[in-house]
Amino acid sequence: MNIANMTATQLAAAIRAGETTAVEAAEAVLAQIEKEDKKYNCYVTVDRNGALAQAKAVQEKIEAGEFSGPLAGVPVAVKDNICTEGLLTTCSSKILHNFVPAYTAEAVKNLQRAGAVILGKTNMDEFAMGSTTETSAYGPTRNPRNTAHVPGGSSGGSAAAVAAGECIYAIGSDTGGSIRQPASYCGVVGMKPTYGTVSRYGLIAYGSSLDQIGPLTKDVEDCAAVLETLASHDPKDSTSVSRADTDFTTALTRDVEGLRIGIPNDYLGEGLDGEVRTAVLQAAEVLEKKGASVERFDLSLVEYAIPAYYTIAAAEASSNLERFDGIRYGYRTEAFEGLHGMYKKSRSEGFGEEVKRRIMLGSFVLSSGYYDAYYLKALKVKALIKKAFDAAFAKYDLILGPVAPTTAPELGESLADPIRMYLGDIYTIAVNLAGLPGISVPCGEDSRGLPIGLQLIGDCFQEKTLLRAAYTYEQEVREHEQTV
Amino acid sequence: MKIKIFNRGICVCALLDTNPVMRKKCAEMEKNMANMINDETIEYVGILAKLELSAEEKEQAKSDMGRMLDYIDKLGELDTTDVEPVSHVFPVENVFREDVVINGDERERLLSNAPQEKDGMFVVPRTFE
Repeated sequence: MNIANMTATQLAAAIRAGETTAVEAAEAVLAQIEKEDKKYNCYVTVDRNGALAQAKAVQEKIEAGEFSGPLAGVPVAVKDNICTEGLLTTCSSKILHNFVPAYTAEAVKNLQRAGAVILGKTNMDEFAMGSTTETSAYGPTRNPRNTAHVPGGSSGGSAAAVAAGECIYAIGSDTGGSIRQPASYCGVVGMKPTYGTVSRYGLIAYGSSLDQIGPLTKDVEDCAAVLETLASHDPKDSTSVSRADTDFTTALTRDVEGLRIGIPNDYLGEGLDGEVRTAVLQAAEVLEKKGASVERFDLSLVEYAIPAYYTIAAAEASSNLERFDGIRYGYRTEAFEGLHGMYKKSRSEGFGEEVKRRIMLGSFVLSSGYYDAYYLKALKVKALIKKAFDAAFAKYDLILGPVAPTTAPELGESLADPIRMYLGDIYTIAVNLAGLPGISVPCGEDSRGLPIGLQLIGDCFQEKTLLRAAYTYEQEVREHEQTV
Repeated sequence: MKIKIFNRGICVCALLDTNPVMRKKCAEMEKNMANMINDETIEYVGILAKLELSAEEKEQAKSDMGRMLDYIDKLGELDTTDVEPVSHVFPVENVFREDVVINGDERERLLSNAPQEKDGMFVVPRTFE
């Protein structure tokens, strides 16, 4: 039994059956981290002793019959912008280099209530601002499929950890594609749920109206099981939505008969790599053969999503990141004059370049005289983008397209050639603006062996439709591979 | 050239435009836009953002922001008359709860993260003379 290669569902079943224990599982994954993480740098913090202690306690409860779910005893990695009580949480920033939260995020608590074992905290772009995990103050993460390439971002550490077997599954956060894009680059499954499905309490905010926590897993079955556990209505998050339909694992049926799928022409246009395009269209054919109807349509407004996103996200970031002032937590500069001097110096020394750039832009677009022209305008464009999706979902049950225009770029390439980094968000960003659920599922490799991701986008609250289609696709491909 | 994208002070055409005329136009636009943000504005934004920038960083920020705004100006192409701005995609109403304390006494743990604390309080620089 190679524990590091197992899915969460398989591992939990093996633990329940007494074939292995939560402690053995934690030890196996920690050994994998020990062996591999020098190469990949998936983790900012590995909580070895804590994980073993949790595993022991969880195993006792499994034996006592208190935990019986599909995640009991399974080791998980948590993105470093999600608070964990007593465990360093840095947002991959110098400004939080020593921050130890006094409480645990609600999403993580939900995992713990299901018997999860927290391994540690994964690397990310600083404050989730970036698409490559290269803006981390603790060094870049490397793609386990090819270490010359980035894992994507901002949840790059989480995606890479899943791909490298350095955890069984992980959680990340997605503000403009930060779960789906690294999942695509690393060849794993990643899902951003409908806004409000998972509590943001304890998620260190970047763009509050766009941020959602979601799973990164080895397959669609795990994705459904993890999302089912993460989702809850939380009074501590005032944007949390009360949903009765969070039994996502019931959607794991192999059936897309009659499903109406639309492929936006706008998602297949200029800038899209030929191999990615071919792989995505082949995936659509697989679903069509199983009885789905597939047609092309014009979504429109796609090119306006990125400028609207950068305005809104920067505005919200400038406000959210005001709390880092060197008083209550985090970095404080050594020498300063007066209160304001202390604020300014601490922040300027503590934040990285990209974070400062977005704070400046956000402060500007919110300032009097520019608020209407930029921020308000972006909110109006957001309304138009939402309307375009509404029109699409009147005709289709789901939208199919690529996650990103290319496979993972090489390290340093995006900084030298930023086209790719920003273009990398073009198919994912509008989903956050419209609050929709989106899933990334592996759909092949390019000629260099780098993974390609298929994106399925659903209307609000239609995660089950997404999971059903994704599961059907995955099962069809598996069956095909077995017969070849 | 449909989209202009800016990062780290480099202007690029997002659609991998290799047309030299377009490239030239792109460079000209950049030059014009960089003038839009003056020293005063950067000074003001620095105050709002509570960031202290070196002279070099200020120059960089001026061109970065000018270019970024030029890119965002693309939104101006859309007619948004009579469009209601949307901040949250669902109609969110105020969420109220009973005014009851539910968290325990976490003072020690919260203070343990402070750069400086004394007698159960955060220490801050002198604010009044």
